[in-house]
Amino acid sequence: MKYDIVVIGGGPAGLAAAIEAHKTGVKNVLVIERDKELGGILQQCIHNGFGLHEFKEELTGPEYAQRFIEQLKEMGIDYKLDTMVLNMTKDKKIQTINSVDGFMEIEAKAIVLAMGCRERTRGAISIPGDRPAGIFTAGAAQRFINMEGYMVGKKVLILGSGDIGLIMARRMTLEGAEVKAVVELLPYSGGLTRNIVQCLDDYEIPLLLSHTIIDIKGKERVEEVTIAQVDERRKPIKGTERTFDVDTLLLSVGLIPENELTLKADIDLDQRTAGPIVNESMETSVSGIFACGNVVHVHDLVDFVSAESRRAGKNAAKLVLNQLNTEEEYLRIKAESGVRYTVPQKVRVGNVDRFLEVFFRVQDVYRDANLVIKSGNEKLLSIKKPHLAPGEMEKINIPLSMLEKAQDTEIRICIEKEGEVI
Amino acid sequence: MIKELICIVCPKGCHLKVDTHNEYKVSGNQCQRGIDYGVVELTNPTRVVTSTIRIKGGIHKRVPVKTNGAIPKTLNFECMKIINSLEVEAPVKVGQIISKNILGTNIDLVITRDM
Repeated sequence: MKYDIVVIGGGPAGLAAAIEAHKTGVKNVLVIERDKELGGILQQCIHNGFGLHEFKEELTGPEYAQRFIEQLKEMGIDYKLDTMVLNMTKDKKIQTINSVDGFMEIEAKAIVLAMGCRERTRGAISIPGDRPAGIFTAGAAQRFINMEGYMVGKKVLILGSGDIGLIMARRMTLEGAEVKAVVELLPYSGGLTRNIVQCLDDYEIPLLLSHTIIDIKGKERVEEVTIAQVDERRKPIKGTERTFDVDTLLLSVGLIPENELTLKADIDLDQRTAGPIVNESMETSVSGIFACGNVVHVHDLVDFVSAESRRAGKNAAKLVLNQLNTEEEYLRIKAESGVRYTVPQKVRVGNVDRFLEVFFRVQDVYRDANLVIKSGNEKLLSIKKPHLAPGEMEKINIPLSMLEKAQDTEIRICIEKEGEVI
Repeated sequence: MIKELICIVCPKGCHLKVDTHNEYKVSGNQCQRGIDYGVVELTNPTRVVTSTIRIKGGIHKRVPVKTNGAIPKTLNFECMKIINSLEVEAPVKVGQIISKNILGTNIDLVITRDM
């Protein structure tokens, strides 16, 4: 089977990429999705807050997904459900399986990776104690409650104050559970501020910063979870232990881009993002394989995913139509002093339209700082940023004219306060 | 008296200052919606409620719903009681009204996806 473009993943990233590829002029597109419907993780995100940038409306996850699903169907783009991609090679051959078509080999001129991410588990962070039932990752619990119709527990403790943990604190409370506390290792929360207000403050659920779990007790089901405060080296402080009587523990301890297939094709990953290194066209280190959405770096807003994925889809189509400039030298984007990473990591200036959209995250919480772009000895741009936090991905549009002025084959993005680097 | 609160209208989360003794004047906002929020939040706080209801014959056991606007925060759990008493049969469409004028708020409960 041959397709011009195969998109792996039918969530918000894959949908936006496929639609944009089609709009750009490549009609022979296939979206492969492992779940029984399109929409990806949005289908279980029944809360609102989606689409403020994209549609200037506040939508729930399923509503946002439906807009794209309807568009994809209207455009007649092919898609396969309940289909798992088993393997992907450097020369863009994909092996898939499902119970209708069986085993299939598909050849593509370009591939767009949009597999999203998975949740970090208890084992991965080595939480000590018994191993009873009643311990779920927050996203798994979300799926159980919102789609499968199970109430996962009644007396709950949540580890991790990222958005998923906060959203589930509210969800479980509304469904009649008692959420005793949200426990966070770091001295600050990783989630959006609006979620702290709407999910914790509204229900008087305590947020215990600088705490972690030191023991779990329970024979067949969780019975008790013990936490302790931690010091600057994140080590438990003796004497600060507290035990909670709970039957459920939810873990919201990080998302990991799902790059098993990416590695099978020998694509280079960025250690800082755990996703593939991409250029201005969202193309990976293997020509013709593009990537977008959470598989590249974990996003906070689906609106940013859609914008990024449109770029991937558009450029995958341009490559197929031989409209992409593949010859040029790369301008590197270096993240320094307070900036943890940027996506993309490198640019071919000839492929940039009017400006380059760069997403980035900072290392720490910074107030009243400046975002600075430098090249050589020159300061190209400085923007006042009253509030920057690691849990809030930022975006900056770098004008083409500024990229053309860059020297030394690299531009550096960093944080400065009062003229000094952090 | 200056009350400090964080706006929740959009993910920016502006830190607002509202002067309750001076006509609820708002500062710290980056848009008009922030001003509206600052005043409403201190006089009559409202929230959009999102949840799920039982569905028969659908691809899943639950279909998501939302209040089609923000209702007084104090009615959240009453609203959940109503939501938990409802059941629908597939097929349903996004935007379909499942309960009109919930708790006398003039706001409807709607389905948020086709199923």
